[in-house]
Amino acid sequence: MSEQIKGTIIKVAGPVVTAANMLGSRMYDVVRVGEQNLIGEIVELHGSTANIQVYEDTVGIGPGEPVVNTGAPLCVELGPGLIESIYDGIQRPLDELYKVQGSNILRGSSIPGLRRDRKWHFRPVVKNGTQVQPGDIIGEVQETKILLHKIMVPPGMSGRLENLREGDFTVEQAVGILVGSDGSRHELKMMHRWPVRHPRNIKNRLTPNAILVTGQRVIDTFFPIAKGGTACVPGPFGTGKTVVQHQLAKWVDADVVVYVGCGERGNEMTDVLTEFPELKDPRSGEPLMKRSVLIANTSDMPVAAREASVYTGITIAEYFRDMGYTVALMADSTSRWAEAMREISTRLEEMPAEEGYPAYLASRIASFYERAGRVECPGMPQREGALSVIGAVSPPGGDLSDSVVQATLHVVKVFWSLMAKLAQQRHFPAIDWLTSYSFYKQYLKECFTARRQAEEMDAMIAEAMALLEQEASLVEIVRLVGAEAISSRDRMAMETAKSIREDYLHQNAYHEVDTFTPMQKQYEMLKTILHFHKAGLAAIEAGAETADIFAIKVRESIARAKYLPNDRIDEIAAIRNVIDAEIKQLYGQKTVA
Amino acid sequence: MLREYQTVKSIYGPLMLVESVENAKYGEMVDIEMENGTIRHGQILQVENDKVLVQVFEGTSGIDIDSSKIRPLGKPQQLAVSQQLLGRVFSGLGTPKDGGPAVIADKYVNINGNPINPYSRDYPNEFIQTGISTIDGLNPLVRGQKLPIFSGSGLPHDEITAQLARQATVRGKGEQFAVVFAAMGITFEAAQFFINDLTDTGAIERAVLFINLADDPAIERIATPRVALSAAEYLAFDCDMHVLVILNDMTNYCEALRQISAARKEVPGRRGYPGYLYTDLATIYERAGRIKGKKGSITMAPVLTMPEDDKTHPVPDLTGYITEGQIILSRPLHRKGISPPVDVLPSLSRLKDKGIGVNKTREDHADLYNQLYAAYARGKEAQELATILGEAALSDEDRKYMSFANEFEKRYVSQGYYENRTIEQTLDLGWELLSMFENTELKRIRSSFLEKYMPKFRRNS
Repeated sequence: MSEQIKGTIIKVAGPVVTAANMLGSRMYDVVRVGEQNLIGEIVELHGSTANIQVYEDTVGIGPGEPVVNTGAPLCVELGPGLIESIYDGIQRPLDELYKVQGSNILRGSSIPGLRRDRKWHFRPVVKNGTQVQPGDIIGEVQETKILLHKIMVPPGMSGRLENLREGDFTVEQAVGILVGSDGSRHELKMMHRWPVRHPRNIKNRLTPNAILVTGQRVIDTFFPIAKGGTACVPGPFGTGKTVVQHQLAKWVDADVVVYVGCGERGNEMTDVLTEFPELKDPRSGEPLMKRSVLIANTSDMPVAAREASVYTGITIAEYFRDMGYTVALMADSTSRWAEAMREISTRLEEMPAEEGYPAYLASRIASFYERAGRVECPGMPQREGALSVIGAVSPPGGDLSDSVVQATLHVVKVFWSLMAKLAQQRHFPAIDWLTSYSFYKQYLKECFTARRQAEEMDAMIAEAMALLEQEASLVEIVRLVGAEAISSRDRMAMETAKSIREDYLHQNAYHEVDTFTPMQKQYEMLKTILHFHKAGLAAIEAGAETADIFAIKVRESIARAKYLPNDRIDEIAAIRNVIDAEIKQLYGQKTVA
Repeated sequence: MLREYQTVKSIYGPLMLVESVENAKYGEMVDIEMENGTIRHGQILQVENDKVLVQVFEGTSGIDIDSSKIRPLGKPQQLAVSQQLLGRVFSGLGTPKDGGPAVIADKYVNINGNPINPYSRDYPNEFIQTGISTIDGLNPLVRGQKLPIFSGSGLPHDEITAQLARQATVRGKGEQFAVVFAAMGITFEAAQFFINDLTDTGAIERAVLFINLADDPAIERIATPRVALSAAEYLAFDCDMHVLVILNDMTNYCEALRQISAARKEVPGRRGYPGYLYTDLATIYERAGRIKGKKGSITMAPVLTMPEDDKTHPVPDLTGYITEGQIILSRPLHRKGISPPVDVLPSLSRLKDKGIGVNKTREDHADLYNQLYAAYARGKEAQELATILGEAALSDEDRKYMSFANEFEKRYVSQGYYENRTIEQTLDLGWELLSMFENTELKRIRSSFLEKYMPKFRRNS
């Protein structure tokens, strides 16, 4: 690609521009469009004409203006400086844009994704003279207090290390020289580029084997997601998809979190931006921002950049995975991404499949989620990394037969179904326990084997779920014939199920303690609720009235257990003794009477 | 220098195809001079070589192929803005409609605006007191929020928007407030009701109105919300005012958009609306907000009528995905004579948690609305059950919740369009209603608040 290809615009229709004289261009090459240098990408080639999707507003662009091919596909810059950044869909730093352009986003700007003026302290971890391959870790940069950025040999480069040295470098400066077998010398820099639409290289794919702890009770206990797993959260508006995504981004047990705000509200991104620097990671005590990368392509920003934003996000996430980290990516919302695809497809006058979506919708969604997983990373030292992907879906009218939902459910292993009815009752997170599922339940045990509680936790979860199912089948009967018509044991089951719903599944994201529940506390809370059930059943056998059992005073403590600070988990176990004592009193009254 | 073309090739629906146009740009405005000298306005929707597709705002009736002249203006659609906008009435395209002179421009702005950099947004967290309990107490509105009113034909959304415009204040601050009202395809009567209401209270001097009535050209409506928001942005971010924008009715806007889309023979999405409806609506709604370093703000209250009260219709559905909550009006409540008939359960303000609490409203606010919701939801279920089985079949507990729901609707929801309640009045009313329950039943309220606030409201024991 020595000579630049220069074409001319012949047609402009919204975000799609057609240019002539583009012979020699390749699919998905990035081009600069018009006199304003808008960024675009070639999506169709017909002879010498190219159809281009433009990442910026095309008002004011007309035929006759130039189109210049940059000769490379859409890439992101990978290296120190990613963490704590906020990017638009094509990795332009929004904070830098704000400094240059002010409060609104203007067109034609090109600010690189990584800062060129910042110096990072590089420390080699291998000796000069070592033969290295792509992916080998050659050094480290302490990017933030909690994230050690590992510098790897960029893809496609190998040879013997020379002049690798400790010191302060910018991402463009050489930290060493790589001498190839033919004697060629290449500068080694901390930054490299990677095309976003291609998954990064890996050595081997592995199946997930551990739970990604989220601190959300309904998720961790009943529908857990694995490190390297995939999940989707569909629900109509107002059911708290975004709150679930935010909660996960805040509390998830990952080394790096990439949050992609794809075609959603501007104020929600602002919320993340103002909150993350203030919230402390419960494990490290450092601000959550120190491990996060944000991609914000809000709904009013150009639609083509929205289409690219999920790829930009996942490529950055893969890069950190390659260092051997556990990474979690949240995409909110993949429906907006699909709509962007639809919009581009319509402008290209492609034959539509269902609901106007392009026929390749399902395969694009599938290949996106397939980029998640637990992998053996290329290069030395041997290491494993995991990338979990959690996508929100916003089906029209909450209708789960929507094409995007269906295509997503084909590929994901965890389904958190949000119900409008639960949201209306202000039961949050509004994850429906009857229709949701997870294929990763078997890994939950690992969290409890150290304390030898694995079997017990398993049994408790099964019991709790059985009670909830029992409640669902009883509730209709009770509605029609009244609670008196069912047996005392059934009434006890319903009361316990209610307690599980209200005191366990319901979790307040805005309460300072309740927002995050460690696994051990989940165990104690569930055990206590089920203990009440057991004690209640025993009391019924002994002839106690259900109404008296339901009215014992300790139930208020059970209900408030979720608000007990995490350093006072022992107190929850103590509640069980009080239950026993108060239930005993009931027998006592009985025998006296 | 203006060029003029007499090369109209075809005219269909609101669109015309013109050939041999030089240097046309996408999105450029054009003037169309008809045979009798009348000028109409249009915008270029697509350009291919020298062929351009023009959308005519005033409609194409009466335009002919032979003698019509097209003049590309070389610029996108603009609005002249200055402080003189206040107190004036304009058409849906921004031309004076009140007989007054044209506005002397402080500057010209592109009506499409530019997307706000998410990094430059300031989080909306200042509580706006609307004086309406169902909003202040349960779905608090904050500055910079976009909170639509989902209504239906025959429901009193006009009264509610008027009440909002009249009563909304941020307490304890003497700041400049303005109302921008954009009417899209509403009746003369509805528009006049609003204008009269503003005139009676003197608020008209702080208002700008853009009126496209039901009998005005439908295509003009595509520009109306953008024109109104350009005015609002000027007032908010150049003149430091807090602007409330009322867009009434967005359903008509979407229908106009559908009309254009159909004329262009685009692949339709749901119910014939174009596939880009979400993006299009987002470019309107997302113009609400606050910006770092600027004093003013834009708060938006779009009104939309749901065909057959169906929330899953594309217009309310896509709106709900963009806006930060929704206030839903209920026909059954309206029939019961409850005003405003706000359907509390499906209504939601997403930003409420940031705008309430200590120093904003009161510490107990969050727990209180959670509890009120839960209790009302329970009561509603009991109400429904009672209509099927009769009240006698209810358990004592259900009956208690049902009577709570009835009281709640009668006293909390229903307040009329002219009662302006302070937030303290609203909160205390909530406590009073909850006092019919034992403390153990009020699980959503933390004990310290129960101990502090409840005793005042318990009448006996």
